[in-house]
Amino acid sequence: MVKRRVMFTFPQELIGEAIIYNLGVQFRVATNIRRADVSEDKGWVVLELEGEEKDIEQGIAWVTAKGVRVDPVTGDIVEG
Amino acid sequence: MSYVRALSCRKCGREYPPEPINLCDFCFSPLEVVYDYKSMAKAVSRENLSSGPASMWRYRDLLPVESEVVDIGTGFTPLVKADNLGRELGLEQLYIKNDCLNPTYSFKDRVVSVAITKAREFGFETVACASTGNLAASVAAHAAQANMKSYVFVASDVEQGKLVGIAIYDPVLIAVEGSYDDVNRLCTKVAESYNWGFININLRPYYAEGSKTLGYEVAEQLGWRAPECVVAPAASGLLFTRIWKGLDEFSMLGLIEPVNTHMYVTQAAGSSPIVNAFEAGSLHVHPVKPNTIAKSIAIGNPADGYYALRVARQSGGAACAVTDGELVAGMKLLAQTEGIFAETAGGVVVAGLKKLVASGAIKKGELTVAFITGAGLKTQEAVSDVVRPLVIKPTLESFKEVLGERVVV
Repeated sequence: MVKRRVMFTFPQELIGEAIIYNLGVQFRVATNIRRADVSEDKGWVVLELEGEEKDIEQGIAWVTAKGVRVDPVTGDIVEG
Repeated sequence: MSYVRALSCRKCGREYPPEPINLCDFCFSPLEVVYDYKSMAKAVSRENLSSGPASMWRYRDLLPVESEVVDIGTGFTPLVKADNLGRELGLEQLYIKNDCLNPTYSFKDRVVSVAITKAREFGFETVACASTGNLAASVAAHAAQANMKSYVFVASDVEQGKLVGIAIYDPVLIAVEGSYDDVNRLCTKVAESYNWGFININLRPYYAEGSKTLGYEVAEQLGWRAPECVVAPAASGLLFTRIWKGLDEFSMLGLIEPVNTHMYVTQAAGSSPIVNAFEAGSLHVHPVKPNTIAKSIAIGNPADGYYALRVARQSGGAACAVTDGELVAGMKLLAQTEGIFAETAGGVVVAGLKKLVASGAIKKGELTVAFITGAGLKTQEAVSDVVRPLVIKPTLESFKEVLGERVVV
């Protein structure tokens, strides 16, 4: 089992979808939300994912394909 | 002995011992170094600071280090009165903080000097970073001097000139085939998998503190006072917030009067998430996909973006984005008025300053400092169109014929 800390940024059209719930159910990934700000037109969630490495990878790929931006919680690692 | 008290979460305030960690376990927000300012205030004075070495390490008592420092000669760079550029832009008291003149030609030497010193203190034998150029060169150079192994990750499309400036220090240079986001993802995993001092991950709270010295130096060089306006570039936003923290700490320690500096943040329009949030009145910095020639500041998801936004707002400053065309014009203007060849990020600052003066945000008589953070030799391709030599034969006749009326007698 591994843990991954990530930030999801949701576009307006996905605010109403149960994406985090489905990520947990479909990919057997435990989702633990630490910070969030969601309004009717935008939203971001900082959360920890726990599960098998391949499940987390597949889950993140699915979330990304849905249109959610996934970033490290540290912000970008690459610097100038 | 330093005056470090703890690491503190910038969001929820939870405290942690000063170890190689960068995130709060509870809310995953960044940690920063907090000090015992009461004891620090008893130890520092204008006299003892100004009698220190002509480097950033004259401010050692205000930095989080405990041991002999890894120093390749960084800091105390010139603060130049820029009368020609000031006249061009309509400013009477303009200064340029020329941080091109650091050992690896950018301000990154300040942060890396602190981070590598801490890496050695924590017992790391290997350091690493992911960079578009400046940070990688600085890490490799400091690691060489400290006899440490270094791994630097770059995107495989980095300019050849930058690679030479990194490889000369003989790090393990890894060019990742993939997008900017791919490099980010990979480095997150690498940092989790190896017991390395990752300069801007587990050493980030210490790394950040090195940038404060820019604020200290400017205040000291102005005769122990803060400027009225600061104009600086933002990538992760860390430099911008730490210039402010440096001025604020000097004031808190009684070294300068209370700070009333307006902080102006500048970004390239192709990568301006902080400016976007400022203009939208948002509290959250939404990530963007960078697309600009100013690669050293092309950060789509800035780690300190929220804090940079807050400093700009709380200080009564503003945020300004410029196009690639404007930043190239800014590079040329700085070079042709003050003789300073800045990299593209410097062009962003000068072009941003021009806009801020034109819009009336910065007033004619305000004492303004513009921060130039990296040298132009690193990004020559941005201004290669300036090379238009007059080709002549090796005779005086040919010289006169080609130059004609243009010769000044």
